[in-house]
Amino acid sequence: MVLGKVIGTVWSTRKDENLVGAKFLIVRHIDLEYKPKEATVIAVDSVGAGVGEIVIVAQGSSARQTTFTKNKPVDAVIMAIVDKLDISVKEKQKETVVV
Amino acid sequence: MQLGKIIGTIWATRKYEAVTGYKMQFVQPINSEGKKIGDPIIALDTVGAGPGEIIYFVTASEAVIPLDVDMAPVDASIVGIVDSINIES
Repeated sequence: MVLGKVIGTVWSTRKDENLVGAKFLIVRHIDLEYKPKEATVIAVDSVGAGVGEIVIVAQGSSARQTTFTKNKPVDAVIMAIVDKLDISVKEKQKETVVV
Repeated sequence: MQLGKIIGTIWATRKYEAVTGYKMQFVQPINSEGKKIGDPIIALDTVGAGPGEIIYFVTASEAVIPLDVDMAPVDASIVGIVDSINIES
């Protein structure tokens, strides 16, 4: 899962009929210091999140593993609202390997 | 599966019901030499690992298999704590 901040809502009338009733939120990826990254994702809300909240987004086929999104064309779902982060292992900036 | 190091814990009161009772940990993926690979991810802890420990985790829909529930929106789960790694050069 990845950390993100809800920055907006998406409304759409024409959509796959399986998606009727879903609440779509735009989530901007953020880092451990809550700094925004470039990427945004549209995620279906499963916990009642709102704009401005820090959330956790599950992506890929796992996003279909909720009662609402089962067998629906969804690849990102908000599965938790973050209360607090506790980063206890602060490492020196080691060389990052790109894969 | 991939190696990772736990760098922190996340508290979330509001979460999808099926994952209630599981801890969520921040995991920095690493290679066999302990170097960071990419950005940290959030993984559900199924083995009782703690910050600072080297673990391995599964990603994608397989991450639901170690949980007690049939369905949960989880795309990364910690499935083991590493005692030692032996690499023959």
